[in-house]
Amino acid sequence: MNMITKKPDVLVSVFDAKLHYAVGGAFAAMRGKSTVVKAVDGVSFDIRRGESVGLLGESGCGKTSMGRLLLKLEEKTGGTIHFDGEEVGAVRGSRLKKFRSKAQLIFQNPFDAINPRFTIRQTLAEPLENADIPKREREGRIITALELVKLPEPAQFLDRYPHHLSGGQLQRVVMARALILQPEFVVADEPVSMLDVSVRAGVLNVFRDVRDRLGLTAIYISHDLALVRYVCERTIVMYLGRIMEDGPTEDIVREPLHPYTKALVAAVPVPNPDQSHDPLPIGRGAPDPRNPPSGCVFRDRCPAAHARCAAEIPQPKPVGTRTVACHLY
Amino acid sequence: MSEPLLSVRDPLLSVKDLRVSYQVGRNFVHAVDGASFDIPRGSITGLVGESGCGKTTVARALTRVIAENAAITGGQILFDGKDLAKIPEKEMNALRWRDIAFIPQSAMNSLDPVYTVEYQLDEVLRRRGGLSRKQSRARSEELFEMVGIDANRLNDYPHQFSGGMRQRVAIALALALDPKLIIADEPVTALDVIVQRQILDQLKELQTRLGVSVILVTHDISVVAYICDRTVVMYAGKVAESGTMQAALTAPSHPYTMGLRNAFPDLQGAASGILTPIEGAPPNLASPPAGCRFKPRCPFALDICGTEPPVIEVAPDHPVLCHRAHESAALRIESAKTETWMAPA
Repeated sequence: MNMITKKPDVLVSVFDAKLHYAVGGAFAAMRGKSTVVKAVDGVSFDIRRGESVGLLGESGCGKTSMGRLLLKLEEKTGGTIHFDGEEVGAVRGSRLKKFRSKAQLIFQNPFDAINPRFTIRQTLAEPLENADIPKREREGRIITALELVKLPEPAQFLDRYPHHLSGGQLQRVVMARALILQPEFVVADEPVSMLDVSVRAGVLNVFRDVRDRLGLTAIYISHDLALVRYVCERTIVMYLGRIMEDGPTEDIVREPLHPYTKALVAAVPVPNPDQSHDPLPIGRGAPDPRNPPSGCVFRDRCPAAHARCAAEIPQPKPVGTRTVACHLY
Repeated sequence: MSEPLLSVRDPLLSVKDLRVSYQVGRNFVHAVDGASFDIPRGSITGLVGESGCGKTTVARALTRVIAENAAITGGQILFDGKDLAKIPEKEMNALRWRDIAFIPQSAMNSLDPVYTVEYQLDEVLRRRGGLSRKQSRARSEELFEMVGIDANRLNDYPHQFSGGMRQRVAIALALALDPKLIIADEPVTALDVIVQRQILDQLKELQTRLGVSVILVTHDISVVAYICDRTVVMYAGKVAESGTMQAALTAPSHPYTMGLRNAFPDLQGAASGILTPIEGAPPNLASPPAGCRFKPRCPFALDICGTEPPVIEVAPDHPVLCHRAHESAALRIESAKTETWMAPA
């Protein structure tokens, strides 16, 4: 058993976290065909206070599931997750309420995240009500939160409905709602993927600014390395429920170590006519979460795979500034 | 509005002052309001812009598959000596798939979930192409090989393919009858970056090999930089600038394109680079601002921008819709500074 002694500078500590789902349903089970999807499978990392960490990976890699585990929006099926020294799985009742105000989620799609029948005031008052903030304080905190996310003249927005706002304004409201209870920890799940490019930059800048001003600890979930690099000093690369590589973002961008990270970095197009068109160092095909290969989950697409990769799951190893799960190291 | 001052010689497709409007209640929204550009033979052209700029409407108007409440209200679409904006529907229909094919954003939307992929290829090949059953089977196998899918998967249903493979099937379908022009609407937007790259490589390889022209509708200038020869930048229903990809990306001459370039992260760029947004949002096309439509967001706007901007050719084959296009070299230097784009009071 992993004995976590409370490390003062670590806010979130994840050890061997697992989230396994049974899929296929009752009929498949009758025919002996039900399978287990390992959305998160033995993931360990620590996040220090004030750190911004990118969870990077393709669809189905488990990055969103991992984010939901951290916020206890999903119950893990194995391992431990400590938030501020306390096991998240055991948090109940009033302590859970407190946890909910300290750890917040910023949603991907502002149009889904906000009730279209609520005015902006109602949208922002709801978390305050839930946290038993007295009525007289609410209006002031709503205005402060909207100022924090740089909505100009916030008062004019209070009685408007979401459809009166542009996508960029709405995503700022979503951010304001996540911040209104002054959390210590935020998980942002692809917060700008629904926004147009010209607007996206503004929302990212607000995110960076707010995080620095409030000293937030942040997880930024994305499939886009260029965006992760803009927001996070550290990146965790996931593939089929496991961590492939974990380290300073700039090192990963400049010199990726894991074969998967190498392909991922090479695949990112840049807004510059002068770029490499070399074939990607990765096999075709897509990861199948229902049927991952034995040993290293990446081996069937890996150009460097050898016999050991099928036999043995590579364990994370420290390599320089990084941790890499690959038999090459 | 004006025609492109310089047309690439003998273009495959020439769009002149195209107008498409939607009726919404009692109002008309002019989604495309005078767009002109040329598509040379054997090229990939990126049609870029943000949501609501009219890029998808242009793409659909070229095949005349537009919404019930939309109509082409002006301009010409010259293709192979015909004006596609005017020819009878029957004649237009004969061109679809044979001469002009369409790849939609989500391949799931172009493939019918209740038929096998082969059935759907067969429909195009036999009904539209007049091939025999045997020829159709052989061509289907050939097409699958071209897009890198094993021919024994022809009898699979769309849901049995991954997202990337479905997009390959959609490409195979588009190539079925050897069209001259393929219009692809955000063909890789929904895909992961590795699959996206593989599909783009495939598209480029086939385009070069077959000599077909492609119009790639996208919001992503990185994709344009990766694969396109030419680009047409749209903003609020109008073409802001067009020209070769190099010209538009390395020497953007419309302030909107300059702003777009600043807002895009560049993985090869310096880590300390700051992304600069373009403040504000695109105008509501039901009541667009007078004059230049970018004026409310443009850091370089002058009083004159309240009047209709001219098309100025800043270089051969590089028309720009801007009053200040002749100053574009100086504006480009200004545009690289973050302060330039700080919200004008």
